[in-house]
Amino acid sequence: MKTSNASKGFPLPSSLKVVPGTENAQAAYPYTMQFGKGDDTRFWFYNSMHFPEPMSAFDMVTAEAAYCALGAANTRVHCLPTTLGIDYRVINGRVYIGGNAVTDPAEIARRTEEFQKRAFYYYANWERLYAQWREKMMALIHDAQALPTIALPEFEPLEHVHAGRGIASNHGLLDTYQRTLEGYFRMWHHHFEFLLLGYGAYLTFFGFCKKAFPEITDQTIARMVAGMEAEIFRPDDELRRLARRAVELGVEDKFQAQVSVDDILKSLQSQGEAGRAWLAELEVSRHPWFNINVGDGFYHYHRAWNDDLSMPFACLPEYIRRLKAGETLERPVKRLQAERQELIEGYRDLLSTEEDRTAYDQMITLAHRVFPYVEGHKFYCEHWYTNLFFNKIREFGALLKANGFFSAAEDVFHLTHYELELAIVDLMTAWSSGSAPRGPEHWPKIVKERRAAIAEWAKNVTPPALGPVPDVIDDPAIVMLWGITRENLDAWLSADSTQSSNEVRGFAASSGVVEGPARVVKSVEEISRLKAGDILVCQITNPTWAPIFQTIVGAVSDIGGSMSHAAIVAREYGMPAVVGTGNATSRIKDGQRIRVDGGRGIVTILS
Amino acid sequence: MTAPAVIAWFADIGLHDRARVGGKGGSLGELQRAAIEVPPGFVVTTAAFEQFMRALEERAPLRSRVEALRGVDLGAATKVCAELRAQVEAAPLPPEVLEQISRAHAQLCDANATLPLAVRSSATTEDATDASFAGLQDTFLWITDLANVLECIRSCWASLYSVESVTYRCSRQIPEAGVAMAVVVQRMVDARAAGVMFTRSPLTGDRSVVTIEGAWGLGSAVVGGEVTPDRWVLGKITGDISVRDISDKHVRHVPNAGAGTKTEPVPEDQRRQPCLSDDQLQQLRSIGRKVEGHYGRPQDIEWAIDRITGAMLLLQSRPETVWSAREAAPVAKVAQDPRMHVMSIFGGKP
Repeated sequence: MKTSNASKGFPLPSSLKVVPGTENAQAAYPYTMQFGKGDDTRFWFYNSMHFPEPMSAFDMVTAEAAYCALGAANTRVHCLPTTLGIDYRVINGRVYIGGNAVTDPAEIARRTEEFQKRAFYYYANWERLYAQWREKMMALIHDAQALPTIALPEFEPLEHVHAGRGIASNHGLLDTYQRTLEGYFRMWHHHFEFLLLGYGAYLTFFGFCKKAFPEITDQTIARMVAGMEAEIFRPDDELRRLARRAVELGVEDKFQAQVSVDDILKSLQSQGEAGRAWLAELEVSRHPWFNINVGDGFYHYHRAWNDDLSMPFACLPEYIRRLKAGETLERPVKRLQAERQELIEGYRDLLSTEEDRTAYDQMITLAHRVFPYVEGHKFYCEHWYTNLFFNKIREFGALLKANGFFSAAEDVFHLTHYELELAIVDLMTAWSSGSAPRGPEHWPKIVKERRAAIAEWAKNVTPPALGPVPDVIDDPAIVMLWGITRENLDAWLSADSTQSSNEVRGFAASSGVVEGPARVVKSVEEISRLKAGDILVCQITNPTWAPIFQTIVGAVSDIGGSMSHAAIVAREYGMPAVVGTGNATSRIKDGQRIRVDGGRGIVTILS
Repeated sequence: MTAPAVIAWFADIGLHDRARVGGKGGSLGELQRAAIEVPPGFVVTTAAFEQFMRALEERAPLRSRVEALRGVDLGAATKVCAELRAQVEAAPLPPEVLEQISRAHAQLCDANATLPLAVRSSATTEDATDASFAGLQDTFLWITDLANVLECIRSCWASLYSVESVTYRCSRQIPEAGVAMAVVVQRMVDARAAGVMFTRSPLTGDRSVVTIEGAWGLGSAVVGGEVTPDRWVLGKITGDISVRDISDKHVRHVPNAGAGTKTEPVPEDQRRQPCLSDDQLQQLRSIGRKVEGHYGRPQDIEWAIDRITGAMLLLQSRPETVWSAREAAPVAKVAQDPRMHVMSIFGGKP
């Protein structure tokens, strides 16, 4: 099977064509991101895990900043012995990435020595360094919050003049923009400070379990390691708390599905003391826990709950109904912890020698040590900080719109961050010269063209991988972060031949069998289409969708491993889930009846 | 010195009695002691066999003729074996043995003389951990009167002189004097479904899973390979069901009108239905864990579900022999510095 697939191979990058009519939009991406000479000899895969939808020009800053920091951590900071960083290219709005394996044994040996001086220090001092990490991250968040509001007055304020500041407000725009961008790039360095080391320690234990218990499911290993109180669970916990408070305060009748958030807030405001008490509780929960976006933080339109309360509010009526039906809504943390302990001890008892039991203890101890970071960092990085970042860019968008550059503030996201700096300098110059800015003539047609290109690219099916198939994938970064293995590639290559089958296979993420209508949700904006009893079929399931898990009965995703947060949340809800199918969203049609067997990782199309 | 008991009830015996009650009898007693439900019954011990053989050999030598077969060609051995079997099957039971078996039979049947019973051979060498004799002796199902029970007991004894058994012993130079056969007599389970369970994976030897196979009707259809059973794999610790292969179970073994069993087609609407519910699978898993815990090693179990009561009963449990015989390689070495373990991920191929 391997040889036949190897001869089949994926298309070469040079054979991949830009969708006709979108050439200008493609050219907007910097030269560093365009496929070029030499790229045909390398293996690339589409990073649909992080970038499942075409990327607008500005959003590409996330790929840029993240790979810059990931590579630095791997290549230069911790010196991973067998891999350097990640290269990336963009075509039709899709991000393809390729690893940089180290294969020379002498070089691996040299890097191993460095790695053990660096990474081992982190493992030994993990708690202290992680506590320090949280302080650094909070300081970064405070810095971002403290950035000045974006505005350009007609005349420099008198107090600036009297204080002898000597720097005019137009300079402030550039200063704030550059600090905004600098903070985002910095945040990604924090993001990767521990990540690979954390995944590595987890996968070490994972590998041990797979060897000792060849038929153990991925999700069982995940359950042995996962924590119960990670930050990522907090937003949903807060929603449950707010539902409970609404009932306790006797204002629960205000929360009706068909009433808008504004009307609910207004009626609570006029409800007297009880209504205002609930609104005060809302404020407590919102800061910081509603700084969670409805995606994975990689797209500007994945808005935070704080910016769009309709998402959390949509879940309150159901929570309130369940409370009134006598449910407690509390996550059974104690029970989950006891179950986790039983699992750990049960499997330990099955090992046949004392030596194996000791090695098992060593590995699971390390996995438990690193896991709070693996689970916790996303809230601070991909959610909280990223929301602040995109909102700041939005302020620039509003200012540019006010000055005629755009017809809507959101248009700003169709400029690359390099172009945005140019537009800001344009405005600064116009403000100083007293002339009109040039931007209003320049940008609107470009924005229009790029918006149309994104729509075209979204309709275009892009290959899962490009270039020659490597014999083995043993680059730990690729395996760890994307779950890409040689077996995956074989499955992708043979996807054509299994097209006629009514089965879609993926990772078993959460056991149980369920049947229902498939709701194929290709972007987060379609979430509202989900109805009670539906099975969610999406490219990547997301933990911040947790509240909708009370509506749906099962979940299927194209991308993700058994340790993805979606898998964890599905297990908590006891809901069958199959992740990492590769192509569920293209093979399953909206409305089809499907059966999800989450224990075996099989989705069957029934009609 | 009192004569050794001819009858032993399950409640009074365990594995350490294997020399007189055989492997199957000892295992059923052991299970009952471990509070696992088995169909009630007793063992006709090797003492009964010895008395019978003494009486038989007084008339004509038998065991010496078996030992004389070592090195003899198969054709000749087959002829002698047929003769010996016929002798054993035709010989009358010594009066004391007959009386004790009759009394135990009456007690087991609890005044219902036609209660269906199973008569199963229980050789002292069968089911030993090191040499699985499984299938070399006979089992008789759905026996409904004493005369038939007695006949089946003699057939079980006679099966020791089948050409397969004899050549097996000859090839291993097993002395005939130590060869004995006990016979289990127990109430028949009219099984709605029955099958086997391994408390490890037969494919990988993984001890963290339980593999269950089952089909409609009596377990003989599964053990005899006449039907492709449904197959499940469950996490031993988690209970998660990772494999569900529901097969087309075209036939089943059921009691015959009168006595014995017959093979009949499974009604169309049942053929592709799973023969166990998820609750029953979990019940079996928990029984499997209990039995394995009792013996301290993976087990190979036969189970059946009573058609009337729905009770889950075990018919047999013996140590799993294939994987246990293999030397388990260590999974990982203990590291002086636990951090060194991560090199299995970061260090590349050694």
